[in-house]
Amino acid sequence: MIPVTLTLNGKVVSADIEPRTLLVQLIRDHFHLTGTHVGCDTSQCGACVVHVDGVSVKSCTMLAVQVDGAKVQTIESLADKERLHPMQQAFKDHHGLQCGFCTPGIIMSALNLIAKNPNPSESDIRDWLEGNLCRCTGYHNIVKAISAGAEAMKS
Amino acid sequence: MYDFSYKRPTSLSDAAEMSEQAEDGSFLAGGMTLIPALKLRLASPSILIDLGGVQDLTGISQENNTLTVRAMTKHADVAVSSEVKNAIPALSEVAESIGDPQVRNRGTIGGSISNADPAADYPAALLGLGATVETNSRTIGSDDFFTGLFGTALNANELVVAVHFPIPKRAVYMKFPNPASRYAIVGVMVAECSDEIRVAVTGAGPSVFRVFEMEEALQKNFSPNSIQDMIVSADGLNEDMHASADYRAHLITVMAKRAVAKLI
Ligand SMILES: Cc1cc2nc3c(=O)[nH]c(=O)nc-3n(C[C@H](O)[C@H](O)[C@H](O)COP(=O)(O)OP(=O)(O)OC[C@H]3O[C@@H](n4cnc5c(N)ncnc54)[C@H](O)[C@@H]3O)c2cc1C
Ligand code: FES
Ligand code: FES
Repeated sequence: MIPVTLTLNGKVVSADIEPRTLLVQLIRDHFHLTGTHVGCDTSQCGACVVHVDGVSVKSCTMLAVQVDGAKVQTIESLADKERLHPMQQAFKDHHGLQCGFCTPGIIMSALNLIAKNPNPSESDIRDWLEGNLCRCTGYHNIVKAISAGAEAMKS
Repeated sequence: MYDFSYKRPTSLSDAAEMSEQAEDGSFLAGGMTLIPALKLRLASPSILIDLGGVQDLTGISQENNTLTVRAMTKHADVAVSSEVKNAIPALSEVAESIGDPQVRNRGTIGGSISNADPAADYPAALLGLGATVETNSRTIGSDDFFTGLFGTALNANELVVAVHFPIPKRAVYMKFPNPASRYAIVGVMVAECSDEIRVAVTGAGPSVFRVFEMEEALQKNFSPNSIQDMIVSADGLNEDMHASADYRAHLITVMAKRAVAKLI
């Protein structure tokens, strides 16, 4: 077992884990934050995307020991109690989800895009979503939601 | 995934020593290839030596006519670097074309070239630009570095420290990506270097290779017309569910022509 200490959604937390524990297992099984999903477990689908030190990563393809000392943010960090984050609200308003399985990963991925490029064009958004699969929506409303979310985040 | 022990050295010499002492150790860089391989039990090292904590293994710098990218520099950082964009815009485009944003946020140049996937993009940049690989014990020219399917000239326990790219007069990378993974079905780097023209092809064969016939023709006349009838033999090229060997052979000429057209 190895000790890890990280800042998870703003709180310093620690755990003793096997080296082979994946970051997504630490988040879901150890800290019971189940908003981060496992879709493929093969680095393809992006359902598991979280932020590590401010950039989006696939938490199924990182070892939990690699985030020792890092800042990790999951979808649970976004809403302010009952008030949704503007990007979450935009997904709701624009029907950017159906079953919702891909949504947490897509929102975390989109927020990384907005941090780099606050005014993404439709093609910027579509390019950026290369690492996120959605089996329900056909992406159209996801793209609209991200555009609207980016606008809303300015105010 | 089988269990392993985990080490996080802070110096190059410690990393190399840990690897020498381990019976069956593996370096961990971005993990974008290694972690999926561990899950599939295609790799089962007893010790993972994480290079993430080693000092001085990241960063981009330029000295005279050479651009240096250190081994742990992530694809995303190469893609946006203004130094790379100024010196070798084609290298920035290579990095930007890899996988997806999350893969680029973790994957590293050292990991990519050490792994030497036949469809990886960086090998075309190294061979096309005539780069030199610096390891913890020597330097290896790109013509000698890639030795075959997932094969490199690296010895066991040898570590890639940096890649030195001579700055070309002009260069471009043309890639026909697999639409799902973005790995290259065929990718061609064409570069006009200080004293030669180089054409390097990834994705098509078991390992990246140069097309000398095209290089000679372009040396005489730098125009897409001078290579349009040159078809690389399909013998020994990759054949899989994504593309036949014949199709790949055809794509090499198409991508090379597009690259030349873009450069003039
Ligand atoms: C969904 C997906 C899509 C991808 N698409 C593309 C693509 O389009 N084009 C492309 O080129 N690649 C692609 N990749 C691969 C990606 O570029 C990886 O970054 C790369 O293969 C390995 O780099 P890494 O840093 O993750 O290395 P790791 O996975 O950590 O290591 C890979 C291997 O290299 C060894 N190693 C690592 N660093 C060193 C070093 N400094 N010295 C010696 N040995 C070392 C390790 O021991 C291991 O054997 C994709 C990957 C995924 C998951
Ligand atoms: S679960 Fe991580 S990419 Fe699919
Ligand atoms: S909403 Fe169902 S997978 Fe995207």
